[in-house]
Amino acid sequence: MDNFVVEVKGVSKVYGKAIKTVALHELDLGFTTGSFNAIIGESGSGKSTLLNIIGTLDRPTKGEVIINGVSIRNMSKRRLADLRNETLGFVFQFHYLLPEFTALENVLMPYRIANGKADKESQKRAKQILNLVGLEKVEKNLATNMSGGQQQRTAIARALMNQPKIMLADEPTGNLDSQTTDSIYQLFRKINQELGTTFIIITHDRRVAEKADRIVEILDGRISLDIVK
Amino acid sequence: MKLAFDIALRFLKSSKGQTALIVLGIAIGVSVQIFIGSLITGLQKSLVDKTVGSAPQITVSAKEDGDYILDSQTEIKAIKAANPAEITNLVAVTQGPAILKTTDQSTTVILRGFAWDDAQGIYKIADRVVKGELGTNKNEVIIGKDLSENLNVKIDDTIEMITPTGKTGEFLVTGFFDLQVKSLNESWILTNDGTAQTFLETGEGVSQIEMQVKDVFAAGEVAMAVEKRLNNDNLVVTNWKEENAALLSGLSGQTASSLMIQVFVLISVVLGIASVLAISVVQKSRQIGILKAMGMHNPIASLVFLFQGFLLGILGAFVGIGLGIGLSWSFATFVTNPDGSSLVPFYIDWYFIGISAGIAVAASTLAALIPAIRVSQLDPMEVIKNG
Repeated sequence: MDNFVVEVKGVSKVYGKAIKTVALHELDLGFTTGSFNAIIGESGSGKSTLLNIIGTLDRPTKGEVIINGVSIRNMSKRRLADLRNETLGFVFQFHYLLPEFTALENVLMPYRIANGKADKESQKRAKQILNLVGLEKVEKNLATNMSGGQQQRTAIARALMNQPKIMLADEPTGNLDSQTTDSIYQLFRKINQELGTTFIIITHDRRVAEKADRIVEILDGRISLDIVK
Repeated sequence: MKLAFDIALRFLKSSKGQTALIVLGIAIGVSVQIFIGSLITGLQKSLVDKTVGSAPQITVSAKEDGDYILDSQTEIKAIKAANPAEITNLVAVTQGPAILKTTDQSTTVILRGFAWDDAQGIYKIADRVVKGELGTNKNEVIIGKDLSENLNVKIDDTIEMITPTGKTGEFLVTGFFDLQVKSLNESWILTNDGTAQTFLETGEGVSQIEMQVKDVFAAGEVAMAVEKRLNNDNLVVTNWKEENAALLSGLSGQTASSLMIQVFVLISVVLGIASVLAISVVQKSRQIGILKAMGMHNPIASLVFLFQGFLLGILGAFVGIGLGIGLSWSFATFVTNPDGSSLVPFYIDWYFIGISAGIAVAASTLAALIPAIRVSQLDPMEVIKNG
């Protein structure tokens, strides 16, 4: 058996009650620890739904999601929240930084959600991560006083704060220019290689996807292509 | 907990205009409460003080008219023991009607005699003497200033009085008093206890024992305790509340109407806070959604809004206390009677202010409950899907 850090078994997702829209058709998929994966597909194909289900933000209509070897089916909302906090890092197309807080405070947020107060150790780590994403100079800036690329890199730093095993990214560079896009993917790769973090990235940019170890294409809620390099 | 508080504080700080507006709303509510409360309380206090402040609030007298309390010292001891904390200013009064005769006129008066020192408590008699001095010797009296004018009596004049039983006596006028009630100034003649007891032939007996209580509104209960303690069918205990029912019902009407105003002010404050915080939930739903996606538990997310309500309440209460006291002070200072004294005296009841502030803080926190519940129901998926 493969060493899957994330596994979905027979996952279906149906939206609506009167008129049913099937977003995912009994999907079976596993991602190995430390792998760098791209999920591609047209808009409406169900790839975001899949990512949200893996991220425990959404529940499948049928099937099972196993994270770190544990099924999340019967977990309470509280345990799911803890799981997201400790094991998963999210990066979305929009950065979702808290505009009331500085870059450093935003990065510390996942740690503070778990531990309340940010101790010296965590402050140091947050600064290191900001260093890693190249933002040490703007760490005291409010989220609103940064460029789009800086905001997205802050969001990435925030996702890395609790040293998650899995990074889930939904079109993380969708709003950025190609130069910034390249630098962010290089950053992802670096983190993947240095920290052994598993990456699952949704993108519609084939050029980006080709840099991944594995490309999964979703079409109408089914896997239409699964290439492992 | 700390995180929720920090986020709440940051949310409030980041939208300063909105925060200032709610704080002002709460502050005006609190200040109106304090102002109206202080005004009504001050008004009632001065009214009660003017009415019964210089009058006996509980009176023990003989049941039959014309009878006397024979052993007044024993009764006074028993009365004191009934409620030592409340009862003050006890004074034994010997009184009776008499006809006052001058060379050309006569009028009906009431001769009242008491130990001047004891009477100081209720009647502040030493301060009421406007001319001359208290008559401490046998057959010395002081008379009201209006009576002296009516009868054209001067200090050191001698007046003659006749009791209903026909006994006559001559008395030296040593001073005039002004009790600030014309009817009393025209009809009372005050003297020391010995003179009254001898002239009215009561022996050691006194007509009634008068007293005041610390909390005038507790007079009814204290009077009942006194009655129980005395346990004497020949004595009756009356209190000012029985004799001033109209005043009391006026006061309670005032209290009820001020309470009404305060309740409605409170409701409007609560509604104001709830609606602004409800809007704030919509404004901050993105932030809350992402915090939840990052693993924030629902109760903590709710706490962010409860803390906002709490902080707004505290801020509003503080500003409101300042405004309310300022308003009360201005009213007392600038709204005056023609003679320059304030229409309603400035009165600060810290206990009442504390309660108003406490209610404002509690109401603000409570008002945040609805937004807090909405926040706990917010699905991070909604935010992420819709951007």
